Amino acid sequence: MSTPVVSEPSGFALPQGQLNAIKWNIYFGFAVLAIGVIMGLDQALNYARVDVVQYYPVVKSYYQGLTIHGVLNALVLTTAFANGFIALTTARGLGRKLNDVLLHAALWTLVIGSLLAAYAMLSGKASVLYTFYPPLEANWTFYLGLALVVVSTWITSAAQLMALRGWRKDHPGERVPLLAFMSIATYVMWDIASVGLAVEVVVFLLPWSLGLLPGVDPMLDRTLFWFTGHPIVYFWLLPIYVSWYGLIPKQAGGVLFSDSLTRVAFILFILLIPVGFHHQFVDPGVSQGLNFTVAVLTFAIFFPSLMTAFAVMYALEIAGRRRGGSGLVGWFFRIPWSDPSVAAQVLAMIAFLLGGISGLMNASYTMNMEIHNTAFIPGHFHMTIGCAVALSYMGIAYWLIPYFERRELWSSRLALFQGFSYFFGVMIFSHALMAGGIEGMPRRTDMVHATYGLAAWKIPGIMTGVGGSLMFVSAMLFFFILVMTIVAGKRTSQRDLPFTATVQAPSTIGWQPRLDRFSYWVLASVILVIAVYGPFFLGHFPPRLTTPGLLYP
Amino acid sequence: MERYEKTFLAASAAVLVIFLCALGYGSVAMDIHLPSHGGMIYCGAGEKLRKVLRKTPPFDHVGVQEIAPGKYQAVVIAHTWSFTPDEIDVPVGAEVSFVATSVDVIHGFFIVGTRVNMMLIPGQVSEFSYRFAKPGEYLLICQEYCGQLHHTMSGKVVVK
Repeated sequence: MSTPVVSEPSGFALPQGQLNAIKWNIYFGFAVLAIGVIMGLDQALNYARVDVVQYYPVVKSYYQGLTIHGVLNALVLTTAFANGFIALTTARGLGRKLNDVLLHAALWTLVIGSLLAAYAMLSGKASVLYTFYPPLEANWTFYLGLALVVVSTWITSAAQLMALRGWRKDHPGERVPLLAFMSIATYVMWDIASVGLAVEVVVFLLPWSLGLLPGVDPMLDRTLFWFTGHPIVYFWLLPIYVSWYGLIPKQAGGVLFSDSLTRVAFILFILLIPVGFHHQFVDPGVSQGLNFTVAVLTFAIFFPSLMTAFAVMYALEIAGRRRGGSGLVGWFFRIPWSDPSVAAQVLAMIAFLLGGISGLMNASYTMNMEIHNTAFIPGHFHMTIGCAVALSYMGIAYWLIPYFERRELWSSRLALFQGFSYFFGVMIFSHALMAGGIEGMPRRTDMVHATYGLAAWKIPGIMTGVGGSLMFVSAMLFFFILVMTIVAGKRTSQRDLPFTATVQAPSTIGWQPRLDRFSYWVLASVILVIAVYGPFFLGHFPPRLTTPGLLYP
Repeated sequence: MERYEKTFLAASAAVLVIFLCALGYGSVAMDIHLPSHGGMIYCGAGEKLRKVLRKTPPFDHVGVQEIAPGKYQAVVIAHTWSFTPDEIDVPVGAEVSFVATSVDVIHGFFIVGTRVNMMLIPGQVSEFSYRFAKPGEYLLICQEYCGQLHHTMSGKVVVK
């Protein structure tokens, strides 16, 4: 007695043209990741005092490489993957094709934007890092490129909302299928969250870099950045949650328990957007009261993650028990660990538990003072985005690429080894960075050329290099498996997405249908945003654009 | 099974409330505060922040001063890519108030091994009080990327 999370469980075939657009989003994202990972190797080895960037073509400095690493991996890859994957889950969830023009426009906007930003970064005119704090000033092509990357997400969102509207017209009184609900909620959250970054870039930085504005207000721009800079984390995470809730239970041989719980978890992410100030705990110009409010909200955002831990683990437990597992933990060993897609994503979940807990440490502002801007921070976020998200991408790719290509995965065993090796690489790497961070080892610093250093940073630095190298080798193995699957995988017929079913079907009576009304949650979120950010922005109006830039730092 | 669901959610909420209480205890009972806002420095159109700072107290006198018996103020200006002054001498056990700002880009002010960790933003004054319990030489570094020679931006705090 279970209900599928899609509209047409019997199968709905997306037109090949749309599937191609989706496929090229994903391939573009992985191509970009390959460059980002090569840059990442230098950052890891730099902590071990090994300078490899000097042998790199084009890239001339640690900071140039670090900018490329951050922008490509955290902004371009994540956007490309979400635009492609979530378009697919929306279309499949609703059993309906998306708007052709919008789908292709999103892809081209993303590609052109990324190329513009890549030009700026590779020519050394934008070594401003992924956070690009003004008054560090980059070439205008960098800002325009990033703006286009954001615009591509809005186009994707528009395509989703149009499909939802059409679906609702054809299915009056029905609940939005869960897979589509999760997908659309992800982009609705992002539509609100991305406004800060869009205003920073389009209203202030782009005109400034073109010489139309005299200077910047660094405090204001920084706050606009972090307005988006924290919820962007959910934009990375929620596509993965779509897989963890909507697909993994099926892949593991189980079912998802509660439909409502899943919807509530996604809605909480829409509501709790205004937490970005926790990146500014040690900034001047942010009041104590605001800091405490934001700390409370940040702790609250941990709640949907705990809900996810429960729901997804329970789905896996159902799978493990169905497969003969018993006892308190025995089921865990009976889930299909030999499936590289499942294994990679379950390992990603384990990394996310550790990443989430270290995130709570950052959110506790008293503890944050010891670790702010130390290596502890990249230690934390390489467990979340660098493992929970990245390793899930890899796990998803292990069924998605065969789905696109109608070929079988090339060497399932090698793929399995790849998932485990990446996981252990990140564990060594992140543990080392966090250990160093507690000793005050800074982040974003060219340690090879630094004029200072402490003995206590030596071992953590070396282990960072060791873990990072393992991550690098494993990521290269991943690309190798992808390419081999595309060119040499055994041909097969196309299978459908591994969508799961829920035990408790969505109810069409009572309070539950209201969960599907996105407008309610958007309104509530906007009110919360105004309450938290309103006074700050009013205090910075009109902005004092008096700080001149430091061009191409 | 709904019972398990409810129990788990209640336990999750309880854990977060306990964490928040710990945070509140640290802030109120243990008196651990974040860097505070020491005001703003306004710079008119065409004026250079560097010049304005030279006329604005306390930045007209950088360095360490005893402002009350046993109470010190350390005034520091950050610029690409150094601190002025780059050596700060303070007595052990005394309350030292660090007052700092930046004249150009965003910098950091982090005394390694302590809680003294703040952002320095052009036009904004950062302030933080701290007591050094142990004598010794502490490393002061800029912890925010500030351009190509960011990794050379350091100083020291000598506690005697």
